[in-house]
Amino acid sequence: MKAPDRYYDFEKDISGCGIFGVIHKKRGLISGEMPIAAMTCMHDRGNGLGGGFAAYGIYPDHADKYCFHMMYDDKKAIENSEHVLRKYFDLHFLEPIPTRKTLAIPNPPMFNRYFVTVPEKPVNEFSELAEEDYIVSVVMKINTTIPGAFVVSSGKNMGAFKGVGFPEDIAEFFRLEEYKAYIWTGHNRFPTNTPGWWGGAHPFTILNWSIVHNGEISSYGINRRYLCENDYLCTMMTDTEVVAYELDMLIRKHGLSWEMAAKCFAPPFWDEIERMSPEDKELYTTLRATYGPGMLNGPFAILVADNNRLMGLNDRIKLRPLLVAEKDDMIFMSSEESAVREVCPELDKVWMPKAGEPVIIDLED
Amino acid sequence: MLFQPINKNYHEFCIERDKDLCINCKVCVRQCSYDAHFWDESRQKVMHDNTKCIGCHRCEALCPTAALSIRNKPSDFRPHKLWRPVFLQNIYKQADTGGVLLAGMGSPVDIPVYWDSMLLDASQVTNPSIDPLREPMELKTFLGAKPKRLSIVTDKNGKPKLKTKLTPQLELDVPIMFAAMSLGAINFNLHQAMARAATETGTAYNTGEGGLHKSLYKYGKNTIVQVASGRFGVHLDYLKAGSAIEIKVGQGAKPGIGGHLPGEKINFMVSETRMVPIGSDAISPAPHHDIYSIEDLLQLIYALKEASEYKVPISVKIAAVHNVAAIASGVVRAGADIVTVDGMRGGTGAAPAMIRDNVGIPIELALAQVDQRLRDEGIRNKASIVAAGGIRCSGDVVKAIALGADAVYIGTATLIAVGCTLCGRCYTGKCPWGIATNDSKLSKRQNPDIAARKLANLIRAWGHEIEEMLGGMGLNSIESLRGNRDKLRGVGLSDTELDILGIKHAGR
Repeated sequence: MKAPDRYYDFEKDISGCGIFGVIHKKRGLISGEMPIAAMTCMHDRGNGLGGGFAAYGIYPDHADKYCFHMMYDDKKAIENSEHVLRKYFDLHFLEPIPTRKTLAIPNPPMFNRYFVTVPEKPVNEFSELAEEDYIVSVVMKINTTIPGAFVVSSGKNMGAFKGVGFPEDIAEFFRLEEYKAYIWTGHNRFPTNTPGWWGGAHPFTILNWSIVHNGEISSYGINRRYLCENDYLCTMMTDTEVVAYELDMLIRKHGLSWEMAAKCFAPPFWDEIERMSPEDKELYTTLRATYGPGMLNGPFAILVADNNRLMGLNDRIKLRPLLVAEKDDMIFMSSEESAVREVCPELDKVWMPKAGEPVIIDLED
Repeated sequence: MLFQPINKNYHEFCIERDKDLCINCKVCVRQCSYDAHFWDESRQKVMHDNTKCIGCHRCEALCPTAALSIRNKPSDFRPHKLWRPVFLQNIYKQADTGGVLLAGMGSPVDIPVYWDSMLLDASQVTNPSIDPLREPMELKTFLGAKPKRLSIVTDKNGKPKLKTKLTPQLELDVPIMFAAMSLGAINFNLHQAMARAATETGTAYNTGEGGLHKSLYKYGKNTIVQVASGRFGVHLDYLKAGSAIEIKVGQGAKPGIGGHLPGEKINFMVSETRMVPIGSDAISPAPHHDIYSIEDLLQLIYALKEASEYKVPISVKIAAVHNVAAIASGVVRAGADIVTVDGMRGGTGAAPAMIRDNVGIPIELALAQVDQRLRDEGIRNKASIVAAGGIRCSGDVVKAIALGADAVYIGTATLIAVGCTLCGRCYTGKCPWGIATNDSKLSKRQNPDIAARKLANLIRAWGHEIEEMLGGMGLNSIESLRGNRDKLRGVGLSDTELDILGIKHAGR
């Protein structure tokens, strides 16, 4: 799309972070207490300006419906958003997201969740779109046109819970110890230049994707222009938004595998490519030449999840920590080993993935 | 000097000869191709005529006793903001000759140099800067059309297989190329030096519009062959000799006009390569007479693709003019794989001074607009952008790439590397430094071995500096800088200028 006026005039969020993820390969349900304890252990990796969690498998009764976690600043935003949701979707069920009052979280926004499906024959400007694009379009519409409303997550059988505070405070606020999920990711944030906005915390999600991210993407300036060329408008000024949109483009729209998408983010160096077989050499040369503007340059460790897998990935020279550990059917990914040992002292295997090499863990079913 | 017509009186330079140091060895007499120094038989000593001095500093550089200094003539015209000396001198000249003012080298006029008003970023604390001496730092660049998306399937062993074929690319180890300077405009020694330096450093040089001498075909992997409106030296072998073909539509120093290589510069080798008779003028028409519109350009692009069997990318070089973004978009849609934009400060061997100094726009603005327009239209992947015209140092290169260029051409800097002092008389064929001349006595002043080494050194030096700047910004690959305008800030620029450049002001 044509870049909006003054698209270059943005202020980017800069932050350091701690991340944690766990997946049970047999869909065994893990209590929220585990990721909360792990994130609490990494308290010092944040500064109280952002914490959050994503959980998969938490809405088994509504697993076939898209669940919109909505955040509202005021009543007007609720009214306007519900109008949009009812206009574009069949709304099956809605409720406030249960929260509890906590001293650490003053003046929180309001949260509702909506379980929706796309109508069989929608009559609106998005009616020509495939189902997932339809969902993305409505998310974008709410985020960009309704003041005070924000879509926190929009996937099936999953949800994100995030806000301004330390992760343990956010967990307490959202009563996360009451949820059980087969994949959890958590995030603790240390922003340096923003007052903190609930929507700006991690995980960042779109459809079933969720991303937690520790890093600063130095290539952000070109990544967001590249995404704009491909009709994704970056509005949130976080690096992580770029990761989310690129994943959506590479995997969902271009049909690349997760491994290949990871290689777009953190491609092999040219001297490695030089040593590859002629076939691989052509593959990676073409990949880098084509997706060069999407490469994530700068320090990062990210965890990406959807309903079926968890992926951990570092930048090409491993400038941020990322560790993987195994215990029976559970795989942990974390910024620090201490956080994993805190929730699972005895581990079968612990390793540091190599720079730029994705670790992808699939569910076994 | 007395009893001289007024145009002779107001010359630009003075030769100062230290009488104590001068040993009358006549080196200056032999070195000056403009006869400014001469042996005065009656006085039995070397004398000089200031009016003939063009300020090339050749005599000063070669004087064995350092007896010579060349200075601007201290006698000034009465100060006048409107009637600056250059206008008076030009009018005196034209009143004498009735001719068009001819000029060489890039425009000296005082228009803003936006490179100097843009500053780069560096990492502090929140992300680490990367040390290129310890970590890999990648400058490799591919010029040519890229697909919008790739199709990669995973076979049953889980191995990825590429289904999309990349169209031909020009591979560069460093995104700095030697700009188009034709054989004829500069001599064979330098063509050979450029070819060798480009090969040694893994970049490319452009033949310019004068064809390619057969003996240089072996450097084809690092050669861009140019097709200009005069079609000099264009034949099938030539088109297949290089790794890219460039259609020259315009030149930054002289948009809208053609070229003129005077017969004096056409010796046997130039004649043979250009396929024109010895001693006859070689005139390139202002337009290509087979391109009167964009659809004609499309035909020429595809004619060249057919002729070269779709094995090399096709570049189209245009001058930076007012509607450059829309023109570039048309050029890309016509099938160009590379669009080269040449700004108004680009060099030239010969251009009418009025054109050179008044036509076109600076490359920084043109580049920013072309890159943005192609992105807005979703066709940035279809062509690489090469920026040219007034790039003076690796800092300029980094800024150009951050604005959106894939690579840059350096022409003037190339010549400075082999000794050019920008005296600006390239069109006379008497270049005292042996660069813009085919006079064998003068051209042998350029030793191709030494010139090749200097050019390769320049590319390497700039390459190292680019790596340092990249690493400082926390990047380890050039593609993450390309179009990354977040790494640039403007100083002292108006809102309009910032908006055109697509950058924020420093401090924001």
